[in-house]
Amino acid sequence: MKNFKSVYKRELKGYFNSPVAYVFIITFLIATAGCTFYLGSFYERMQADLSAFFMWHPWLYLFLIPAIGMRIWAEERKSGSIELLFTLPITVTEAVLAKFTAAWSFVGVALILTFPIVFTVNYLGSPDNGIILASYLGSFLMAGAYMAITCVTSALTKNQVISFVMSVIICFILVLTGLGVFTQHLVNYMPVAVADFISMFSFTTHFNSLQRGVIDSRDIIFFVSMIASLLVANVLILEHKKHE
Amino acid sequence: MIEVQNLVKDFGENRAVDHVSFHVSKGEVLGFLGPNGAGKSTTMKMITGFLASSEGDVLIDGKSVKEHPLDTKSLIGYLPETSASYHDMTVRDFLEFIAEVRGYEGSNLINIVSDTVKKCYLVEVEHQTIDTLSKGYRQRVGFAQAILHDPPILILDEPTDGLDPNQKHEMRTLIREMGKTKCIILSTHILEEVDEVCSRVIVIAKGKVVADGSPDDLRKNSESYNRIHLSVHKAQELGVSEKLSALSNVEKVELISTNDNGLKEFYVYPSSKLNILSDVSKLAQSESWVLDSLSLDAVKLDTVFRQLTDKGDIQ
Repeated sequence: MKNFKSVYKRELKGYFNSPVAYVFIITFLIATAGCTFYLGSFYERMQADLSAFFMWHPWLYLFLIPAIGMRIWAEERKSGSIELLFTLPITVTEAVLAKFTAAWSFVGVALILTFPIVFTVNYLGSPDNGIILASYLGSFLMAGAYMAITCVTSALTKNQVISFVMSVIICFILVLTGLGVFTQHLVNYMPVAVADFISMFSFTTHFNSLQRGVIDSRDIIFFVSMIASLLVANVLILEHKKHE
Repeated sequence: MIEVQNLVKDFGENRAVDHVSFHVSKGEVLGFLGPNGAGKSTTMKMITGFLASSEGDVLIDGKSVKEHPLDTKSLIGYLPETSASYHDMTVRDFLEFIAEVRGYEGSNLINIVSDTVKKCYLVEVEHQTIDTLSKGYRQRVGFAQAILHDPPILILDEPTDGLDPNQKHEMRTLIREMGKTKCIILSTHILEEVDEVCSRVIVIAKGKVVADGSPDDLRKNSESYNRIHLSVHKAQELGVSEKLSALSNVEKVELISTNDNGLKEFYVYPSSKLNILSDVSKLAQSESWVLDSLSLDAVKLDTVFRQLTDKGDIQ
């Protein structure tokens, strides 16, 4: 895995060398603040917690993460640099892991930059910082799952727009299936057990669970295994393209 | 060094490379010729391990590209057709990235990058991002990353594409110099390049090898090899055609033109493609013919190329 570091560094540097990174971070920070204070009625709730902040993350990620990740493989394929990358002594697995981890770290940086909201809520009241920490962990893991989906769609096509649209649709379905409104509706058409089973695969279900402050291994395993299996799929797609 | 064994590549229904086999040794510069879409780039991509073959294998220094991809990739320097690189990086950062992946560290890394930058005449642009460079410079950056780790094998897909005549000359000199100690395969459309740098040529058409040999061997394939061009005054009266035909080693004499002053132009084809210029010259002298011209026809490689790739039959 010696080349993981080289590719990871190059990718991460690549984000910060391009204006896209700053547009992303600024949009993310403005959007989270806007959603928290206006749509989430942070002050009006009179509660010292960050649920008004975290509840918007699945929706913000829905557009922002595919926008950042759509280029990961599609651009390499379009510009031809993939030919260079895969004729260097690097394995496909190393490249996939490095590119994913760099993109995920980049989102992590954006997430860390939301720290003023934590100070704000601590200044205004006495929140349970354990819950906040668990929510941050949940948000970060969920971002990883969104990114892994985007990596897969990006590997499937040369066209970044197609990758973006595919990712948004898949992520939207995975957010939707965990929403109470949606599962209640599902129950009208199918047995409760089936509806529960479907919602088990939703980001929302597991993210909400972590937002309660309980770090349940099932939620962690859900996100980690989802990321891992998507990355395996990503490797397989790229290996398959060699044979096409 | 490179052993290409029965390589086949199918893209769906379309067979792009059809049982191609050849061997390239150290010290050889192999020119890979063929019309667009003949399968040159596809074959090169399979040698580098970027594409997997449908059938057959490539051995690099005795190791299979399929079974030992990392070992074989570290022996190869590859310049892709698009001279692809990461356009958002500066030349220096890009080459440092390549050096890191190629296993260089610390001061070794700095030194190898600096040396390569100098060798490829990139000093003045080393801190510029690649997307601001002209096509010629980008091509040089591509070449720089290919030779950085001093690989024993170089695969260059149209290395002089987009370069100006001076840069082309520099590049060819560099390739010829490196060809003494390395094993090089280069693809090109420019036939003068083949004469200038290649010790051997493979012509590929419709996915098949149609010729394999030195540029001179290829010329020998042409029916006009060692053909003599001759213009004689009063040829009719002097019986030039008959006397030429009577010479030993002459296969046929072809009249090309006659002008009003009785000047006739002939092509004299030797048998077994021998050089009979001195025989014809002696005959003309002994017969006191008044010659307007007498020369050995130079066979142009592009004529041979056209003949070979139009026919598309296998040698």
